[in-house]
Amino acid sequence: MFTAPIAELSAALAAKRVSAVELTTSALARIDAANPQLNAFATIDPDGALARARDADAARAAGTVGPLAGIPVAHKDVLMTAGLRTTCGSRMLANFVAPYDAFVVQKLRDAGMVLVGKTNMDEFAMGSSNENSFFGPVRNPWNPDYVPGGSSGGSAAAVAARLVPAATGTDTGGSIRQPAALSGISGLKPTYGVCSRYGLIAFASSLDTPGVLAQTAHDCALLLNAMAGHDPRDSTSLDRPIEDYTRDLARPLKGLRIGLPKEYFGEGTEPSVVKAIDAALAELRGLGATTVEVSLPSVDLAVPVYYVIASAEASSNLSRFDGVRYGHRAARYADLADMYQKTRAQGFGAEVKRRILVGTYVLSHGYYDAYYLKAQQVRRRIAEDFRRAYERCDVIVGPTSPTTAFRLGDKVDNPVKMYLNDIFTVAANLIGAPGISIPCGFDRQGLPVGMLLQGRHFGEATLLNVAHQYQLATDWHARVPPGFAP
Amino acid sequence: MPLSLDDVQRIACLARIEITPAEAEDVRSKLDGIFELIGRMRAVDTEGVEPMSHALDAVLPVRDDRVTEINRREDYLRVAPAVEAGLYLVPKVIE
Repeated sequence: MFTAPIAELSAALAAKRVSAVELTTSALARIDAANPQLNAFATIDPDGALARARDADAARAAGTVGPLAGIPVAHKDVLMTAGLRTTCGSRMLANFVAPYDAFVVQKLRDAGMVLVGKTNMDEFAMGSSNENSFFGPVRNPWNPDYVPGGSSGGSAAAVAARLVPAATGTDTGGSIRQPAALSGISGLKPTYGVCSRYGLIAFASSLDTPGVLAQTAHDCALLLNAMAGHDPRDSTSLDRPIEDYTRDLARPLKGLRIGLPKEYFGEGTEPSVVKAIDAALAELRGLGATTVEVSLPSVDLAVPVYYVIASAEASSNLSRFDGVRYGHRAARYADLADMYQKTRAQGFGAEVKRRILVGTYVLSHGYYDAYYLKAQQVRRRIAEDFRRAYERCDVIVGPTSPTTAFRLGDKVDNPVKMYLNDIFTVAANLIGAPGISIPCGFDRQGLPVGMLLQGRHFGEATLLNVAHQYQLATDWHARVPPGFAP
Repeated sequence: MPLSLDDVQRIACLARIEITPAEAEDVRSKLDGIFELIGRMRAVDTEGVEPMSHALDAVLPVRDDRVTEINRREDYLRVAPAVEAGLYLVPKVIE
């Protein structure tokens, strides 16, 4: 029961069949047992969690509380949590204790959620396998020799193994949706600007998007309701009327037009993934949706465009890590310049350094127009492709990832091979649009397959509706990895 | 065009990251692969296309010029590697 989705836990708390302290104690025990193998958590805070749980029980006894009160949650370690270590999976911040809460952390705290710890991640959110963490790789609960996906790999593994009912993540090129797919859970990336980036340690400022990983679309909607909102401390935070993201969950799918980009169904996608997606599409048609072929011709350029823009923005954002105000500082250096160079050489891992170098190059004198400006132009072409496609459909559906989870070590020596994991996910970041990945089957080795639903800007309620209706008719989302059953 | 080891050192200097001679070739060859991926984008015709820097073409919001932040100097100094008299300590730059 303790590993049920939030909607059920919330009802149990309201009916006093369970207390927040009991839920939290159970979560902490499961984390303790599983973390040595999965390495999903970088920091666990048992004392703080139990104190927060007691507060949640007291608040419930004293009056009305919301649907998330008393529910355990974990935050991706890229989000600042006041008084708790926030490492970004990096040696650079291995001992950094955040002096303030990120906006989304504060919002979930205000909603009464019980923070139990910080999840492991690819360093500075750069990666698709969670093999780039200074704290070691995260393992996929479905098979510990396989990756959970990245960069929110710790959050994905924690939810998949039912250590916590939900975890926050961030998605810059697919880092919520892809690990959700590889780990067999639901992962929602909202429209850019819907969730504030205040306190989200920046990787790529025009792409970074806080979001949710949970067992169901319904649970994602509950967390998004609490996390979204205008924040004047983030100049890209949108000031819009408050939405209830659960409002359309129950709507039948009759009349829904699903666009299938022909470029998503070519070669390069594993047969088991194609099979699971085809079956899911048949299910959606059975629920009343129609499908239409659309075309996104610029989409095969999305990965190179992404790696120019994301790397450029990363090189700028990570220039703040110089050993002066926070984080790692080299122990020995000849002068200030040497201190910078050694601090950064020591503090950053290989992938982060690579992306900073790429970004520095594409922004440098003589190359800016040919690379960065060019990428921004192709970005607009990609956005126009999607706009045209949405004239003929309401949502776009396809695989989240061309493959299921791969073995640890398979792609680490080949950055480009690793980057191509993101082929279906990056476009949504480039155009700022929402997307959700939900489980829709397994491959022959029992590894999960994820289906990606993409929508227009501010189309979260529609995406959650489609996902929820699919989850009412199927049970992929309810499967638990062997060894992690309740 | 493939990168040279000189290119790698020049970029590393701009990025303020030390790359040792032992690491340089591996870094160079991996960067080459990444630039080959990126090269695919450069072949596209984008004549007359306006660059897109923000998803929703938003405008930078402004606020009233009033003091609203509280002074949390002690909290922020506490996380620094080296401080003295309320200042960050770094190696001397000017003789």
